[in-house]
Amino acid sequence: MRGPLVVSARLSRVTPNRWDIVAVPLVLGVLAIIAVGAHQMASPLEALQKTPVSLDIANLPGYALRTTLRMLAALVASLLFTLVYGALAAKSRRAELILIPILDVLQSVPILGFISFTIVAFIRMFPGSTLGPECAAIFAIFTSQAWNMAFSFYQSLRTVPKDLDEACRGFHLSAWQRFWRLEVPYAMPGLIWNMMMSMSGGWFFVVASEAISVGNQTYNLPGIGSYVALAIAQQDLAAVGWAVLTMLIVIIAYDQLLFRPLVAWAEKFRFEQTAAQIIPKSWVLNLLQRSRFVGLVLSPVDLLLRHARRLRLPAPRLPVLPVKPWLPPIFVDRIWYVAVAAMSLYAAWRVFDFIRASLGFWDLIQALELGLITLVRVLVLIALASLIWVPVGVWIGLRPKLAEWAQPIAQFLAAFPANLLFPAAVVIIVRFNLNADIWLSPLMILGTQWYILFNVIAGATAYPNDLKEVAANFDMRGWKWWTKVILPGIFPYYITGAITASGGSWNASIVTEIVAWGTTTLRAHGLGSYIAKATIEGDYPRIMLGIAVMSVFVILLNRGFWRRLYVLSERRLRLD
Amino acid sequence: MMSTTSPLLLQAKSVCQAFPKPGGGELVVLDKVDLSLRQGEIVSLLGRSGSGKSTLLRIVSGLIKPTSGAVEVNGRTVQGCVRGVAMVFQSFALFPWLTVLENVEFGLEALGVPEADMRHRALAAIDLIGLDGYESAYPKEISGGMRQRVGFARAIVVHPNILLMDEPFSALDVLTAETLRTDFLELWSEGKMPIKSVLMVTHNIEEAVLMSDRILVFSSNPGRVASEIRVDIPQPRSRLDPTFRSLVDRIYGVMTQKAPDRARETLGGHISGVGVAMIMPRVSINQLAGLMEALAGPPYNGKADLPAIASLLQMDADDLFPIAEILQLLHFADLAEGDIRLTDLGRRFVDAEVDARKRLFAECCLTHVPLIAHIKHVLDERPSHRAPYSRFLEELEDHATEELARQNLRAAIGWGRYGEIFSYDDDAETFSLENPV
Repeated sequence: MRGPLVVSARLSRVTPNRWDIVAVPLVLGVLAIIAVGAHQMASPLEALQKTPVSLDIANLPGYALRTTLRMLAALVASLLFTLVYGALAAKSRRAELILIPILDVLQSVPILGFISFTIVAFIRMFPGSTLGPECAAIFAIFTSQAWNMAFSFYQSLRTVPKDLDEACRGFHLSAWQRFWRLEVPYAMPGLIWNMMMSMSGGWFFVVASEAISVGNQTYNLPGIGSYVALAIAQQDLAAVGWAVLTMLIVIIAYDQLLFRPLVAWAEKFRFEQTAAQIIPKSWVLNLLQRSRFVGLVLSPVDLLLRHARRLRLPAPRLPVLPVKPWLPPIFVDRIWYVAVAAMSLYAAWRVFDFIRASLGFWDLIQALELGLITLVRVLVLIALASLIWVPVGVWIGLRPKLAEWAQPIAQFLAAFPANLLFPAAVVIIVRFNLNADIWLSPLMILGTQWYILFNVIAGATAYPNDLKEVAANFDMRGWKWWTKVILPGIFPYYITGAITASGGSWNASIVTEIVAWGTTTLRAHGLGSYIAKATIEGDYPRIMLGIAVMSVFVILLNRGFWRRLYVLSERRLRLD
Repeated sequence: MMSTTSPLLLQAKSVCQAFPKPGGGELVVLDKVDLSLRQGEIVSLLGRSGSGKSTLLRIVSGLIKPTSGAVEVNGRTVQGCVRGVAMVFQSFALFPWLTVLENVEFGLEALGVPEADMRHRALAAIDLIGLDGYESAYPKEISGGMRQRVGFARAIVVHPNILLMDEPFSALDVLTAETLRTDFLELWSEGKMPIKSVLMVTHNIEEAVLMSDRILVFSSNPGRVASEIRVDIPQPRSRLDPTFRSLVDRIYGVMTQKAPDRARETLGGHISGVGVAMIMPRVSINQLAGLMEALAGPPYNGKADLPAIASLLQMDADDLFPIAEILQLLHFADLAEGDIRLTDLGRRFVDAEVDARKRLFAECCLTHVPLIAHIKHVLDERPSHRAPYSRFLEELEDHATEELARQNLRAAIGWGRYGEIFSYDDDAETFSLENPV
């Protein structure tokens, strides 16, 4: 496949042009920064103790760099995972049978609950090196990004247009060539959109996973998350403010330097043969495509990619029996089903056994009870957020000029890690002596409500003009206008936003139901605080139980409620 | 430019293609089809949609493996995609992320042709096919006609012995299609293209007569070669030429010919399948009424030549045939020898008011459409007068694929609603006898 910035290196293009003035420092600067940050990441573990995180503002850019690199590493890992996992699920029917449900469950598992498990594993893997906790943090971000990317890729592979596939086979492309020439490009727009969504979810987790205490061990990786954790411990509100500002700049830079160019570039892979009305633009992409220097630097990469995609590597095939299979495929299927069922039963038994060793029936009841409390919180908050943001979103979306301006802001707010703002909330709750069970709850949806807003804006923007005109023509107004005209029209978009917001809120409950400020700790009752408390105490059976119960709650809520609504909206209310 | 002594490039021997049905048994798409292609000729496979002609083209190219029978290209049995065969697609099948030049180079790249050679050949093909100046454009920037030219260039640049074309002009507007056809024929007769022969699938009768040396007319369900017609009119051909017109008439006749009695016993006439499994094409009430009204009015006054009425209504044979056949099924019209004649019943329908039309239509549906009669019967039998969609779907799947079963039910629902025979609630997926109040 061609790299994003491929420019053919003809001799006539070697002389510099005006785009180079900006492009040269930009490219070299980014390379230098990555090199410095990556070097620090592999330092020995004592270095963490020797140079502890400090609240000195001068350190913030360095911390921001480390945080950013962690995000980038996780993104690359997610991308590799996506290409392999998605392809495997799409190509093999038997693999699909097990891989897709697993992905579905993984999407519902509260990631933050897992950090305590993974950190131990990674520290054992890299004893004495910062790479251990570093990998644990990256893994946490990875788990927040990979699943929906893999899903998107899998779905794209399943819907590759038949005629293009036939053209590939007709022109004798090998499976490897077909993968890079047809399947990956076809999946590109969806994949990049999902990468962007994953990324905006990821900032939340990077902040939450840099400063981790498991049992009596505390790991503080240099980064914005640890900086904020220290500021909270020392009750330094000004430092929190600086961290917020830094995060703002980092997210904007990421958007401008990475995602906007990617989205603009991916536009050419969009399959619709008609040109889109709004074509995403990016000044960085223009810069890179027009600069001769960048073209020259990238030409070896281009050459390499060209050769790579021309290789006629055979598809990785499962070993085929040389003789005719002695069992009809249906029997092999049955054996496979039984094997999968046996494996799942065994896994379930291990989990049960692990929990049973130290916990009893009443612990389960307690976890379920707390789960119900968190469930009520999630549902009430989604309802409240919808009441506020649906009308606002519609109002904005029906005004194209305003929407163009508001949409990026809503997306930015969704990306901004809300956990940076928690200290402010705690200060207020403590100051006014409010009930933590109620007033900590809004924090759960602080970061995720924006998904509702920007999806509703998108829906209202896409609302067909002729239907608006019909409503105006018949003088439909007020309540009737909302229920008959606009709400059904934006419903599919709203559901998409609400599903994301709901999933995010469950995850957030782990960090929002217990919030600290210096020595003060506020605690709300719920499954999130149950898991968080167990993590701090290093109580693995309770962590496991909490995660299991939360996963079940999330899966049931998704299957029983959100997915039904989604199917309904797809069937009845799709406007295109 | 062809003769029976020219070397044989391709030979298909009793090719069959069948798919297993969910309820057991097989759905036969192609039934013992023989085909040969000699150097220097253009052969058309002409038939209705569902006659398996596109499937045959894909079998020839090696994209699909036949259930039985064999295809030989250059004397070697086809296994997997064959070299020396290139395809032009109805939908163009261009890669939107590649430029015109890169799309043309696509097939060469897969073959591992050296870069300089590849560029040289691609530019030559682009030049030949009239795409100069478009090399760096992306497919979405250019018109449909130009896109299909890219499709042609991409196919001929690999120097195939046989060019396969799957309805190459049917996605284009009339004028563009005509230009492309003319250009193609010109290049072909001047021998400028590096190809030896052409096998084309089409449902457009005039297109087949205009371009081919031989036409194989396919009958549907299952697909068989109904007739082989040699076209000896010298190129360039004119549509107004009387021999051209009479050949077109003759082919219309062949395509509306009733199946031989032996076949009809098992297939139930033109519309194949028996009883509830009879295939019901997606034809709307408005199309039925429209054709009957056109027939009843002047200048036809109840009887028309199919090619004539097709061109008056600006319809393809492929659009017109299903409507005409449904009219025949409902006994509103008769088809014979390329003519369509309105029956007395059809005349009564045309003259009637809305409600009377509905009653007449309902009567005909209940008598002549087994599926509708069956649904009505089931609803009458049940005390609740309700029945779920899935009940009928499962029943139909014993006879046909799920897709076909759904298509039939969709048609039945549409006709049943118009005739007010029964109603259908899509939310609950239930048939019932009551109408919403």
